Amino acid sequence: MRYLPLDSTDRALMLKRVGVADVDALFADIPAPHRLADLVDLPLRASEISVERTLGAMASRNLTAGAAPFFLGAGAYRHHVPASVDHLIQRSEFLTSYTPYQPEIAQGTLQVLFEFQTQVAALTGMEVANASMYDGSTACGEAMLMAHRLTRRNKAILSGGLHPQYAEVALTLAHMSGGNVERLPLDARAQENLIASIDDETSCVIVQNPDFFGNLRDLTPIADAAHAKGALLIAVFTEVVSLGAIRAPGQMGADIVVGEGQSIGNALNFGGPYVGLFATHAKNLRQMPGRLAGETVDADGRRGFVLTLSTREQHIRREKATSNICTNSGLCALAFSIHMTLLGETGLRGLARVNHANAVDLAQRLGAVSGVEVLNQSFFNEFTIRTPRPASEVIETLAERGILGGLPVSRLAPSAGLDDLILVASTEINTAEDRAAYAAALGQCL
Amino acid sequence: MRYTKDHEYVRVEDGLATIGISDHAQQQLGDVVFVELPAKGAIFAKGAPAAVVESVKAASDVYCPIAGEVVEINDKLPSEPSLINEDAQGRGWLFKLKLANTSEVEALMDEAAYAEFLKSIA
Amino acid sequence: MNNQGRATRPEPSTTKASRATFTGNRALDLEEALIFESGRLDATGVDIDEPAPFADRIGAHARAGDIGLPGLTEPEAMRHYVRLSRNNYSIDAGLYPLGSCTMKHNPRLNEKMARLAGFADVHPLQPVSTAQGALDVVKTLAGVLMKLTGTSAVAMSPKAGAHGELCGMMAIKAAIEARGEGKTRTVVLVPDSAHGTNPATAALIGFSVRAVPAGPDGTVAAAAVRAALGPDVAGIMLTNPNTCGLFEPEIAEIAAAMHEAGAYFYCDGANFNAIMGKTRPGDLGVDAMHINLHKTFSTPHGGGGPGAGPVVLSSRLAPFAPVPFVVQRGDALDLVEHKGESAAFGRMTAFHGQMGMFVRALAFILSHGADGLKRASEDAVLAANYVRVSLKDLMSAPFGERPCMHEALFDDRWLKETGLSTLDFAKAMIDEGYHPMTVYFPLVVHGAMLIEPTESESKASLDLFIMTLRDLAMSALRGDNERFASAPTLAPRRRLDETRAARQPVLRWTRPAPA
Repeated sequence: MRYLPLDSTDRALMLKRVGVADVDALFADIPAPHRLADLVDLPLRASEISVERTLGAMASRNLTAGAAPFFLGAGAYRHHVPASVDHLIQRSEFLTSYTPYQPEIAQGTLQVLFEFQTQVAALTGMEVANASMYDGSTACGEAMLMAHRLTRRNKAILSGGLHPQYAEVALTLAHMSGGNVERLPLDARAQENLIASIDDETSCVIVQNPDFFGNLRDLTPIADAAHAKGALLIAVFTEVVSLGAIRAPGQMGADIVVGEGQSIGNALNFGGPYVGLFATHAKNLRQMPGRLAGETVDADGRRGFVLTLSTREQHIRREKATSNICTNSGLCALAFSIHMTLLGETGLRGLARVNHANAVDLAQRLGAVSGVEVLNQSFFNEFTIRTPRPASEVIETLAERGILGGLPVSRLAPSAGLDDLILVASTEINTAEDRAAYAAALGQCL
Repeated sequence: MRYTKDHEYVRVEDGLATIGISDHAQQQLGDVVFVELPAKGAIFAKGAPAAVVESVKAASDVYCPIAGEVVEINDKLPSEPSLINEDAQGRGWLFKLKLANTSEVEALMDEAAYAEFLKSIA
Repeated sequence: MNNQGRATRPEPSTTKASRATFTGNRALDLEEALIFESGRLDATGVDIDEPAPFADRIGAHARAGDIGLPGLTEPEAMRHYVRLSRNNYSIDAGLYPLGSCTMKHNPRLNEKMARLAGFADVHPLQPVSTAQGALDVVKTLAGVLMKLTGTSAVAMSPKAGAHGELCGMMAIKAAIEARGEGKTRTVVLVPDSAHGTNPATAALIGFSVRAVPAGPDGTVAAAAVRAALGPDVAGIMLTNPNTCGLFEPEIAEIAAAMHEAGAYFYCDGANFNAIMGKTRPGDLGVDAMHINLHKTFSTPHGGGGPGAGPVVLSSRLAPFAPVPFVVQRGDALDLVEHKGESAAFGRMTAFHGQMGMFVRALAFILSHGADGLKRASEDAVLAANYVRVSLKDLMSAPFGERPCMHEALFDDRWLKETGLSTLDFAKAMIDEGYHPMTVYFPLVVHGAMLIEPTESESKASLDLFIMTLRDLAMSALRGDNERFASAPTLAPRRRLDETRAARQPVLRWTRPAPA
């Protein structure tokens, strides 16, 4: 077996030194009736070529985003990732190391995390950020629990503009941990009155911007109203590129900012792995979940980095920990940080501008199709259209023509009565031809 | 000065009980980096968790060795947690209680008994 | 008290670093500034074309002022990250015996497969008709995990081991609630040798934790579990093989006792690498167990994730799996994405889980096959025992001569007379070119040193590792403290001041005040 260096001579010598007759003697603690005599019912070992064939055949049964005019977003976005990013994250020292428990021989990972934390803090307009969470949806759930700890209350208000699956994650956590949630109805036009729901029991208001339907929201009045009642504002984003164009949540009074970082540096991957971003004010630090890298000096007085404030974490606080999170999303955070470094301020602003320009162009083209209405007043790179036919049928028909035209809102919210809405995104990867093809095909299938 | 098996100490002066962690406890913890103190006015039962002392690698609950109301806290500690390492049984005290029941103090280990106890767990 | 008096602040070194250089570099050991010191706001490594004029729809929501993100051109960025990477130890470079982390070889085939456009470039919300291959990966891997564990369902969406644990415990809570016992069964039993995630997970969803003492032999006795059982108990969280590297011999009796008492058995599967193909947790009575794909199936560790933590479930808990899951409808596969179509307790995460990790794990499993997986477990256990017997005359093992599973545990009794600590010993390993073993875990053993060599090491590699540890141990016992007290002296950094990092946290770069 190509991955197992020991041969039968080695094994015999090793067994001899261990002092047992055969390897099964080392498994003697397994209750005899439950020891497997035969191999489990799986195929036997396979060569690289054979594994490539098997998995290649599976891969070929998917329509890849790159093979079609592609307009899907809804929390996962297709962006161009520079070739150097994937090269760098595959370096042995990044790919095959682990959590930097021994900082003397893990400064590479630690400095990257320190830089990542600084980038995320700058993007969100907050003071501190952690070294990443699993993804945006779980970061959002953790933020809710953190707000409960900070306010010593347990009621969260979820905006109707929050990604439905993010809301479901929060609902599950709330149900299981004994919290209350008031979820406002899905709100495609950003007309809800969140402020009216905030009361003296409210721990936090969770609002997404740009919201699930692509609308841009001013969070300032919501932050003010929440603070007046002693509640916190949790701002959520699913498209981090938007922060190159729109106001940072920290500039609008958010107390905790969480979001999905997949757009920068990470592929679509059918939903994971992604990277959750999590930022807050320094005063809330001790209630923040997740790992943190911090600056210090070594015995020679040279600058270095360590994991710090780990007494918040499960391996020390056990049942009193801020969260049970352990492994984070290190390699995805690295990809994010490298791509963000390559972009820099100039690149991110330019990228955001192209995304917006392409979405504006697409909105004009689709809005011109007979029977189609663009709902949004404002948007970044994603918006919602209303079609005269059920959206899921439209999307299936478009897929048959090789166009991935967006998300029928009903897929994530089957009983919301929004069966005629499609969420459409356009990033820098779309060409004018793609957008024209979409508009033409949409016209034909209505 | 009296001690508990969880390494808290109590020192009674003028009807006030000063609570802290023993010098042995601070040695075991290592460098203290963070202290969470109770609020003034908080009332604790004997044995209730009242404060947290954290080093880099450990977090330790401080259990109130006797019942009482917190009347004073050591507000130097949040910015200077190293006081606990430098002088745990002096300037590194945590909080002071208005004594409810002096017999609770009597029941704790005295200096000699605590020294014996430390030997027994070494 | 959960502590062992570890020093977290180095003594300032009295010896000067070997030969100061103008740059601070030492040949291949290259210093690297932060991007915030070397980058410029107007520099970029990505060329982006300015779009044609358009009617802006952002309006008053536009961001004003600098964001504060320096950029680097591609050659500068390449050098920055390559230089940083060289300060990391890695499995590819050497033996990485970090106990309970299963640092085995990461086959590059797995990376290649995960990057096939048909997996990497597929959106999670594409029409399922256009993602049948992706669903097939999920279904196939789920089938393999059930076969390996002898269980009847698997929740694939959890994002990491701790998330899987949360999923498993949520399934238990949902099952308890469905029986109408949510208010009465509120306690979870956790052995005091458990990993910290176990009590943290139980507490997160409102269970209170009742500790079960591990016996003097490092394992949990069924009698101790029975003594802690009552009508208020919802379940037990038990790691097997346990954190001391031992297989719990009474696991089947413990499972039976839990079931008799109307409670469930959650098994922490962090150490599954020891028993693949040797026994099946489902046969032992386990109701739920997460599998760390990044450990057992090497998907890789990535400097701290991403992981993946699918949870296998017994038939008793299968109805309470979260959404989403894959189902067969006629010739096609479909995704159940909404609660209501089943008794699902809800959703753990957006989308469907760590697809990129599923592909890697499946590539690993197909490569090994039934025979290779079994052999991998056998080799991992053999290697750990080989290390154990080769060191036991010098170092002290808390549980004597008892064979271990895939990791060998030592304590610090043997260092008692030397004045050295487990930490000193670990740091001296760094100078010898090894990543230290896991230290000070499990907590139930004083000064613990947990060595997990994995199946990926050749005998020559194991022998050199053993000889190195023997040399270090003899050096310690001889009183050659200088080799330890100042170690490491040859790493990119000496010991770091963790006290300072925690007392005055600096968690991001800030512009220095003008002089």
